Amino acid sequence: MKFLKDFFEKTEPLVQKGARFHWLNSVHDGFFTFLFVPRSTSQTGSHIHDYIDLKRTMSIVVLSLVPALLFGMYNVGFQHYKAIGELVSTGFFSLFIYGLLKVLPIVVVSYVVGLGIEFAFAQMRGHEINEGFLVSGMLIPLIMPVETPLWMVAIATAFAVVFGKEVFGGTGMNIWNPALIARAFLFFAYPAQMSGNAVWVSMGKTDVPVDSFTGATPLADIAAGNVNFSVADAFFGLIPGSIGETSTVAILLGAAILLITGIGSWKIMVSTVAGGVIMGIILNLFAGSTGLSPESAAFFAMPFWHHLILGGFAFGAIFMATDPVSAAQTEKGKWIYGFLIGILAILIRVINPAYPEGMMLAILLMNTFAPLIDHYVIQGHIKRRLNRAKLSA
Amino acid sequence: MSDPLFSKKNLTLLTEPLNSSNPITVQVLGICSALAVTAQLKPALVMALSVMAVLAFSNVIISLLRNTIPNRIRIIVQLVVVAALVILVDLILKAYVFDVSKQLSVFVGLIITNCIIMGRLEAFALGNRPWQSFLDGIGNAAGYGWILVVVGFFRELLGSGSLLGYQIIPENWYLSNGGFYENNGMMILPPMALITVGVIIWVQRSRNRKLIED
Repeated sequence: MKFLKDFFEKTEPLVQKGARFHWLNSVHDGFFTFLFVPRSTSQTGSHIHDYIDLKRTMSIVVLSLVPALLFGMYNVGFQHYKAIGELVSTGFFSLFIYGLLKVLPIVVVSYVVGLGIEFAFAQMRGHEINEGFLVSGMLIPLIMPVETPLWMVAIATAFAVVFGKEVFGGTGMNIWNPALIARAFLFFAYPAQMSGNAVWVSMGKTDVPVDSFTGATPLADIAAGNVNFSVADAFFGLIPGSIGETSTVAILLGAAILLITGIGSWKIMVSTVAGGVIMGIILNLFAGSTGLSPESAAFFAMPFWHHLILGGFAFGAIFMATDPVSAAQTEKGKWIYGFLIGILAILIRVINPAYPEGMMLAILLMNTFAPLIDHYVIQGHIKRRLNRAKLSA
Repeated sequence: MSDPLFSKKNLTLLTEPLNSSNPITVQVLGICSALAVTAQLKPALVMALSVMAVLAFSNVIISLLRNTIPNRIRIIVQLVVVAALVILVDLILKAYVFDVSKQLSVFVGLIITNCIIMGRLEAFALGNRPWQSFLDGIGNAAGYGWILVVVGFFRELLGSGSLLGYQIIPENWYLSNGGFYENNGMMILPPMALITVGVIIWVQRSRNRKLIED
């Protein structure tokens, strides 16, 4: 660490205003504060700060995503060798290495493009670099299907950073979760590469799948009327799906890290799950009603807790809905916000056959409404206290 | 009447709406049709020309009538003039470019309600001489038109891989033909038109600092 610190101290005069590499000032500052605790102290306002600043917070969120990432890599290999019928003869490490080689390029593309744009904007505006993208850059690969072409990942990341974040003023100003913007962009721009049955399992051009192979995610299967997945597989994550979303176990590990460090809001997580459970139960109650097609009847009748372990529900509830910038800020608002996400996600999933997964759209919609929820929570609070003041007067 | 036909003052009537008082990017008028007809370049071009014809001639006619129109019924008179011109344009389109006319469908008729037209009639033609009104009409329609054409250019190129109906992106680039490329389906959808207009506004304001409100 000593030589790194020496390096930054030695190069510091070179990036000052007027010096030779002045255009690298934001980059220098960004890397320095990423590696070391910043030396600057407050000039005005509050003088006591938490030791955990934005950069440290971001690092912990990235850490909590690591289990999902590692398991995602393993699952990519698992699904591939399962599809070509060589699962039994292939060892654990071959599976993992196959997945690693598939997933790593997506992660690299996401970070290079996203950070490149962030650095360029920070330098152009003369700001210091915000590390908001550290988390988004990790979330974006985790919510992509493994077969997404890399240039699409690059375009989606660029779109998300520029139109999801920079136009609003950068980190902390965005209305929507940037990672979900990237996914929504791909979902609407290149639907053939983001949905359907051909994108969730990695297949080489010469690979021949086994006869029973469909490549469909369990949710797509259920929407088509055939329920055939094992609950254990869905819980541990050995099902086709976006890279990081399949394993509920890995996501729960991440949730534990977020909750222990107090970085993720437990209120949002709990209320999102509660919303999903309640909507699932309501749909169960209507499963027997006449007029439903056999496919929807099967989806309606699916036990409500299966919704929690399938698709992106767990991933969205733990990592996406809790994004502190785009979520509701007030404590009561968080309950309402999470609850509605859960309700909407399951509603879209089951009622609309065109979208077998509803988590992305539900979170983006509630992101939009979060400021409104906050507004009414605060107004309600003010009103209640005013009434109290009038009574005592 | 001492002004020459193309005096400096008259020329600014033509050039101002192209940039610093552009009807779409600065005054934010006529957005609805800008989103609706720009999925391809050809309808965007035809729409721009139609609006230009309607706006220029209605400006001239209202300017000629400006001293005889009673103030209290001026809106209805303007509507009659605009509606008559729009019907003319609609019939001409149907006669000569039927396929485009079908694509534009209701939006030709809706030129009547285009805010730019009523705006110019109220703000300019009612108070200025016919020649100046004509220039103002051409200028504003051109300001509206170039935005439409730029938006239509990018939406058709990125969304359909073609321009004016001719394929630009080579067929063997597409994923379905073993290539790597895919059209961006979102460019066809109206939200992308809004974002494209937003980008034009962004570029324009970063070049023309006067336009930035605080």
